[in-house]
Amino acid sequence: MHGRPRKATKQEDPAAAAAKSARLRELQSQLLHFHHNRIYTKEAVSVSSKLLEINPEIYTGWNYRKLAFQHNLKEVSDTDTDTDTETIKSAIEDELRMVEVALRRNPKSYGAWYHRKWILGQKLVPANFDHEFRLLDMLLKADARNFHGWNYRRFIARLKDVSEEEELKYTMDMINTNFSNYSAWHNRSMLLSKLLRKKAKGFHEEESILSDEFELVRQALFTDPSDQSGWFYHLWLLDQTSTPHKPHLVSSWPSDKLNIEISAQFKEKCERFPIIFCFNQQVDGVNLATVTINSKLVSSEHITWKPLSANNSRKSKIWVGFLENFNKYCDNSEGLSVEISVHCCESIVHLKFVMKLSHMDHQGENGDGFEELFLWDCPKSQEINPYLVSYDPWRLRVESVEEDTKWHLDTLSAEIALFKEMSECDEDSKFVKLTLARLLGAHNSIKSGGSAYFEEILKLYDDLIKLDAPHYRYYRDERSLVLLDQMTSSKDSLVEYCSRCENSSFSCINPQLCINFSGLNLTRIGFVERLLWVQILDLSHNNLTSILGLEALQLLVCLNLSHNQIMSFTALEPIKSLQSLKVLDLSFNEIGSHPVDTTRYLCSSPLSHTCNVTETMEELARENIKIGDFWEAILLFESLQLAQLDMQGNPVTNERFRVLVGKVIPCLKWLDGKPVR
Amino acid sequence: MGELAVEKHAQYILSVEKRKDDFESLVMEHLRLNGAYWGLTTLDIMHKLGSVNSDEVVTWILSCQDKESGGFGGNVGHDPHVLYTLSAVQVLALLDRLDAVDVDKVSDYVAGLQKEDGSFAGDIWGEIDTRFSYVAICCLSLLHRLNKINVEKAVDYIVSCKNLDGGFGSIPGGESHAGQIFCCVGALAITGSLHHVDRDLLGWWLCERQCKDGGLNGRPEKLTDVCYSWWVLSSLIMIDRVHWIDKNKLSKFILNCQDIEKGGISDRPDNAVDVFHTYFGVAGLSLMEYPGLKPIDPAYALPADVVNRIFFQK
Repeated sequence: MHGRPRKATKQEDPAAAAAKSARLRELQSQLLHFHHNRIYTKEAVSVSSKLLEINPEIYTGWNYRKLAFQHNLKEVSDTDTDTDTETIKSAIEDELRMVEVALRRNPKSYGAWYHRKWILGQKLVPANFDHEFRLLDMLLKADARNFHGWNYRRFIARLKDVSEEEELKYTMDMINTNFSNYSAWHNRSMLLSKLLRKKAKGFHEEESILSDEFELVRQALFTDPSDQSGWFYHLWLLDQTSTPHKPHLVSSWPSDKLNIEISAQFKEKCERFPIIFCFNQQVDGVNLATVTINSKLVSSEHITWKPLSANNSRKSKIWVGFLENFNKYCDNSEGLSVEISVHCCESIVHLKFVMKLSHMDHQGENGDGFEELFLWDCPKSQEINPYLVSYDPWRLRVESVEEDTKWHLDTLSAEIALFKEMSECDEDSKFVKLTLARLLGAHNSIKSGGSAYFEEILKLYDDLIKLDAPHYRYYRDERSLVLLDQMTSSKDSLVEYCSRCENSSFSCINPQLCINFSGLNLTRIGFVERLLWVQILDLSHNNLTSILGLEALQLLVCLNLSHNQIMSFTALEPIKSLQSLKVLDLSFNEIGSHPVDTTRYLCSSPLSHTCNVTETMEELARENIKIGDFWEAILLFESLQLAQLDMQGNPVTNERFRVLVGKVIPCLKWLDGKPVR
Repeated sequence: MGELAVEKHAQYILSVEKRKDDFESLVMEHLRLNGAYWGLTTLDIMHKLGSVNSDEVVTWILSCQDKESGGFGGNVGHDPHVLYTLSAVQVLALLDRLDAVDVDKVSDYVAGLQKEDGSFAGDIWGEIDTRFSYVAICCLSLLHRLNKINVEKAVDYIVSCKNLDGGFGSIPGGESHAGQIFCCVGALAITGSLHHVDRDLLGWWLCERQCKDGGLNGRPEKLTDVCYSWWVLSSLIMIDRVHWIDKNKLSKFILNCQDIEKGGISDRPDNAVDVFHTYFGVAGLSLMEYPGLKPIDPAYALPADVVNRIFFQK
């Protein structure tokens, strides 16, 4: 099937070809005959040998041989006990020889390799390990990337109880023979990480081991920078150096020492008050035992904590809990003071915030809000006090020592210096530039207050977009993240993108700031831990295809995604959990123009067994609406309580669709700028 | 850019169906059921499924079933194996003839192959491979019988085959390979478990499969091959990272692998064609929304309208 030229180099003699086919046909039908009739004589078995030699892929042939092997062994033990071992050994030899013949034909034959494993795995006699390792050496010399060989080597090593340290040595031998051996590097990384995790003898000092590996991979990269193996291994080492081992809380809403002013309408309309935690990695175990609340009127039992994730995952970076019936608790003019202690990570975090009723009166207090159309024209003219931005990276009071980062920063700095040198010598290497960008980014993320390298990293990605055009959208995604990092890195930088929102008629938490990230060529979202407090967000006029991360913005009331490249309703899965969302602008995206859905399995649906056909869908089906055509839209909109929706400029929007929207979102007041009904 | 020679490929596939006696066909006889799936799905994607006699196909498929175990062999008289059982179910789904089998008997066969640790054997002889995890999960899902296995353990086993480069191997510790990655990502997708995938890390490893000739290889430093247009591309689609490759260049590569005289697509330009690569080339183009082709579902590897029918029409 692979690697055969289209025009045969040599025309085969038709008579010879016919004879070859006839022979194969005969062997096959004979084999099936013997197999179905359970005939295991020497002659019958030799037919299978001839067949498997020509075509080792006939799996029924290998099955037959296993049955013959079992049958003939049973016959022996039934008759003669003395020559048992010899007979068994001889039978095993026959099978092993058959496998070697087949492997000569096709060293990647699944059937052949498994047959060998099956025979030796029964441990009827001690295996000849020398022979096995010699066979493997020969095969891996011929093709060092044959993963069947590497898998079989793992099997034999386990059978012989070879230590991981010894196998690590083997990977070193293979790498020394030829740096270009991804299989060897892969095995090396697996063995090393196992030994480090187990803290095996000689592998306690993770830092010195990693330093040695950096040295090793450096040799490979200098010897042959065009070979990819070293670059992937380097990325793994970089991850080991820059990823914190221990989970901890990165940010929360409310943040520590925050004074929250809520409008009377908010207090009246909203029964639940969200508390959001954002961790540096996916965690579980956020519950009543690990999060204690201390307040006059609220206690821990009033909160259920949930991970925010698309499906059944019990782990998440973002956790949310709701203070139920909180409106009963803040009648007091002093405000409600709440203290929270989070114990679920190694370090304990304390937060204290106060909720007060706002003295400012808002229009439209008597209605549901949104009697008027919400317009996205928050003026940017006035200066806003950075103090109003409810994000402060230094606010979290953390008990206990943070991980020591000296070795990590030193190692990264050394690598950075090295790669800067390399990039001066070799302007055109994309891997050098990409690795350097990653190193600088890692350094920024570890160093507290790190913001030194933003401009450098952005320039590197701009270079990469030109240098490696086929992958330009990968570099654009990375670039978006760096830009967002830069924009949100401090209150002062963030305040540049804030404006006051005057025209709102909805219940809210003061102050009402609109974050305006429009027109920034953003292709994806990041650093949401700094935006947990945001209620109004303008992301229009970007290049977003994904909005992953927005699920953390539990306070969001108004979201503008117009003029982006959202390709389907399933891509909007993150906003399903935004219970406060009232205004959604999706106009001028690409929903309906893509037959292939790239987020189909990243949302809850019957296809991935993450939700069943809902009641709404069944109702609509009864009204003769083809739910197969609209399931994505139905599942999205039925979980929201939107007051205002804009969909124009998407190919999916037609009369049928508008009718559907009316049925699925009964509380909708505005559609495409016009009142509903 | 050349065009997809739909007529030629349809004719090629129909001719393969008739050819049974030359050496090439004989050597593939044991996986004829896979061939039926590749051929018929390609025809459906090209809107040409009508040229096939469904009843004949269904009758032949049923004749490949082992009456005792309920599993299907690659051809009449060949031993049952989960690989061919999936192909059988996929073809029946394609033809909307799942009523032709005893669903519980087939699903009991597949479910019975799950081991204690959650892994799946291919057949009674016990070879373990994440390919079989995908095949079993896909098959049971199409039959609405996923509840017959321990899904959590199945997922745990697949996750144990995750590597440090973000990819997946055939067994724990096995090197990342695009074919295995497709199987693991597909199985995780169908079971709502994609949160176990580091999509940025794997996405980058996958997008680096695109080489200078525009084609995709299966792992670093290997040759490009049309079949990776499916394994790599569908994986990228399931994790929403397909925009990280250059679709135009890949389309050109696939179209260059066509034999526009005799029909069919080969692994590389100017190599011999076969049904396997014809399917993967056309399926890859479908995933890239090539005009005139039906969209294919990346996880179930069946046309999206077939999948919708199975899950949304009670």
